[in-house]
Amino acid sequence: MEFKARKMRYAYSATLLALLTSLAACGGGSTTDTADTSGAGGTEVASGGGVSGDVLIDGSSTVFPIAEAMSEEFSIANAGVNVTVGVSGSGGGFKKFCAGETDISNASRPIKDKEVALCEEAGIDFIEVPIAFDGLTIVTNQGNDWAQCLTVEQLNTMWSPESEGSVSNWNQVDASFPDQALGLYGPGTDSGTFDYFTDEVNGEEGASRGDYTASEDDNVIVNGVTGDEGALGYFGYAYFEENSGSLKAIEIQNEDGECVAPSTETIANGSYNPMSRPLFFYVKKEAYDTKEQVQAFVDFMLDPGNGELIGDAGYVALPDDILGNSKARVDEAKLGTDPTNL
Amino acid sequence: MTAQGIKGKDVASGNFDQNLSGRYNLDKLFATAAWAATIVSVLILAWLLFTILIDGLGTINPNFFTAFPSRKPENAGIKPALFGTLWLMMVVAATSFPIGVGAAIYLEEFATDNWFTRMVEINIGNLAGVPSIIYGLLGLAVFKRIMEPITGGNSVLSGGLTLSLLILPVIIVATREALRAVPNSMRLAGFALGANKWQVVWSHVLPSAMPGVLTGVILALSRAIGETAPLIAIGAVAFIRSTPSSLQSPFTAMPIQIYNWVGRPQAEFHSIAASGIIVLMVMLLLMNAVAIYFRNRFQQTR
Repeated sequence: MEFKARKMRYAYSATLLALLTSLAACGGGSTTDTADTSGAGGTEVASGGGVSGDVLIDGSSTVFPIAEAMSEEFSIANAGVNVTVGVSGSGGGFKKFCAGETDISNASRPIKDKEVALCEEAGIDFIEVPIAFDGLTIVTNQGNDWAQCLTVEQLNTMWSPESEGSVSNWNQVDASFPDQALGLYGPGTDSGTFDYFTDEVNGEEGASRGDYTASEDDNVIVNGVTGDEGALGYFGYAYFEENSGSLKAIEIQNEDGECVAPSTETIANGSYNPMSRPLFFYVKKEAYDTKEQVQAFVDFMLDPGNGELIGDAGYVALPDDILGNSKARVDEAKLGTDPTNL
Repeated sequence: MTAQGIKGKDVASGNFDQNLSGRYNLDKLFATAAWAATIVSVLILAWLLFTILIDGLGTINPNFFTAFPSRKPENAGIKPALFGTLWLMMVVAATSFPIGVGAAIYLEEFATDNWFTRMVEINIGNLAGVPSIIYGLLGLAVFKRIMEPITGGNSVLSGGLTLSLLILPVIIVATREALRAVPNSMRLAGFALGANKWQVVWSHVLPSAMPGVLTGVILALSRAIGETAPLIAIGAVAFIRSTPSSLQSPFTAMPIQIYNWVGRPQAEFHSIAASGIIVLMVMLLLMNAVAIYFRNRFQQTR
């Protein structure tokens, strides 16, 4: 009996040990592997730019593809630098940025006053740098043959908080539109795209009707609009570009009264207004001054030769003169936010 | 005799076999409904697996496992996410297993029934139902911010500890169930032979309960491996070109990488997201297979 109990106990302890070691072995494997990688990285530093260290980026998921493309190319050129990019959203990114946890914060909208106050409180000085344009694209189903061009007022009729529960048909938007149920699709409230759209269309950031199909994943909006003849939705230009075969982009009447469709040209030259928006990154002044690798990365992002990366990501690179302004802001270390800095 | 008499009487009066075929039909109907329910769930699962395999198998190649994420889908790989998830699971298993099983042993074998243990029990039950994002916010405040000198901030350790918190209630509840299923006669036999409480628990109760405990741990780890929200909350990154080198390294995990790819506008990214899902699924199955192997070993040793 005693023998059996003892044997059982050993078997049990041994198995526990084996389970833990097997898990540890997985980790052990990766440790060796990482050592190899960092070793290889180390040798490349000597031949590369000579900068090393971490660049910590977080923020908007809209700007993420740009940050990812830049980081990838930058890491290839400077193997000693480890660039990490998070996607906490514009607001979440600023919270971390103002807590001093990141070097660069991406945003698909300018920093808000209360976020500026948060940064000030923590003693974080920042430089605001526009990096690209995005055209907020209003899309409908391809079967929609009545709406070609919409005014901001018409969009307001559809999306204002007062329209909740009352505006549900296209003929309420314009008498010439047919009797067709209106299905609305848009990003959720955490999105910078939502903030920008509501600010431009409803006059107040965050003011929107709540009874629409909201999704943080723009592909859900694409699918929704594709399957609903009376649908209207909005998202970043990149999502339209990839789905232009199954969606129809609506022209928007701009400030000069012209109907303009979104395209790389109209977004870059500013005629697609007010729906073309700048995308930003915010650099911590202290990190830019004291960390060589952050400075190198910022210069890399603002290099006109890398504008192509922005286009690849589905956004519109800044025209040379505006890019020059961005660069000047960094060189002069112009602190704070300035909505007219374009 | 009596029963036969009653039966005979019923049959004779014609009460018993009334509508017999109707009752048989009802029986068949129920069997069909149960069968249909099974088939529907299996079909849905099969369809899901099928579409994922169709979408993702084509883009799985050696490069996918060894490459870092990239803006070009054809170059993109899952290496940092794969290693990040392995590291996370190591931390989660190493912390949640001893703490969870220990707590369950205390509550089930040692604790007396008083207001304190009842309160702890109620809280554990409730914690099992708390949304994972809440654990993420807790992890952000405690592991990332307050304990930064130890965890290194946004690190594998912070992420692993947060996920451990998330699955601890599941492990505790499952372990307690397993301990409760051990017949009391085993404990009494141990005591009768002069063993103390510790000896009885360690040498008799726990080994018998081990298969059940392991099942609970497997289920809990399977939940942890698929979690995205708490990791994003504590600031796990979405793009990184290195694998973790220590517990304090920044990291990304497979669900974050997959989520990131699914949200992209380009259809090519959606295919590699499907590939990522296949890899995650295979990892999960491997983990379960290892645990099931150990569980069967236990059952045999007994």
